[in-house]
Amino acid sequence: MKISFKINGEDITVEVDGNMPLLWVVRDTLGLKGTKFGCGKAACGACTLHVDGIAVRSCSYAVRFAEGKSVTTIEGLSIKGELHPVQQAWTDEIVPQCGYCQPGFMMATAALLNRIPNPTDQDIDDNIVNVCRCATYYRMRKAIHRAAEINNQKV
Amino acid sequence: MKLKKSLIFTALSFVLLVIVYSLDGREKIVSERVHTETDQNVEVFDKVMSVVTHKRCMNCHPADDFPRQGEDSHVHRFGVQRGVDNHGLAALQCGSCHQEANNLLSGVPGAPHWSLAPKSMGWQGLNKFEIATAMLDRTKNGNRSKADIAHHLTEDPLVLWVFEPGVDNEGTEREKPPLIKEDWITAVKEWIAAGAPIPAEE
Ligand code: FES
Ligand code: FES
Repeated sequence: MKISFKINGEDITVEVDGNMPLLWVVRDTLGLKGTKFGCGKAACGACTLHVDGIAVRSCSYAVRFAEGKSVTTIEGLSIKGELHPVQQAWTDEIVPQCGYCQPGFMMATAALLNRIPNPTDQDIDDNIVNVCRCATYYRMRKAIHRAAEINNQKV
Repeated sequence: MKLKKSLIFTALSFVLLVIVYSLDGREKIVSERVHTETDQNVEVFDKVMSVVTHKRCMNCHPADDFPRQGEDSHVHRFGVQRGVDNHGLAALQCGSCHQEANNLLSGVPGAPHWSLAPKSMGWQGLNKFEIATAMLDRTKNGNRSKADIAHHLTEDPLVLWVFEPGVDNEGTEREKPPLIKEDWITAVKEWIAAGAPIPAEE
């Protein structure tokens, strides 16, 4: 079936099986490899991207539901070439180890900051529940607070 | 003379017996009818509540802020929470994983407006009589009339999801409630049409 949606601000139409996971379409049809596959069962968060601003686990999101919506991947997080505060904070705090899980964490964090600009440690614990096999959680926590600071400085 | 007396006695006994028997019979018939009506109400009520109290419904009607999941109704993995609008937290919404239909590839269940029932409709820990009482209480049920309740129970796609709950993340079919959808709809309509009676607790 034909499905039309926005990907990182651009209108596109894909012709695929409507039940194909959005993650497959993003990676294999559109060639955007930043979003990762971890578990395929909505359990790890590696595939997190935004659909209409909401953090979504794209391995478990049938692409037909994206019709008419706006999808943002890690490639579309920066605005006009300027690093997104989350990307800047991740760089500042040297968060990644192997890096595999990080795009998912960054997308989840960006969604969190959109709704809770100054999250507490509890907010972070409650909302950011992705899995990092390298256990970079400590640095991520620092980076999330740092991203909030960068955001505040911009306002 | 003795014979006459005993004949009269026998006749009187027979008449008495007939009266007692017919009275007893009439009473029996009357009480059977009352009993049958009550039984019908109880039967319909029990049918409705057999679905309402099934884990497919109860898992999303917690009395606290944590959804349950699975056949053993364990607390939802990943610390998923109710949130202010019953749709989860800022970056961990119900819709982050649950879409408008079951995902048969990942095993994540889905239906339109996937969310928790409001806390006033928290049923865990209540018995079927208490649940029914809460369900009919307009201060708790979102000010729904009985007709609104019937509509909600028989038409809302999230409620009806329980009859097509899909597979889990191992590909195993989720357990369905004891009634099929059509029988559930009939039972709800009968119960509401009878005035949604709640039988006395056993
Ligand atoms: S790959 Fe989607 S949540 Fe793990
Ligand atoms: S940095 Fe390696 S899995 Fe997270």
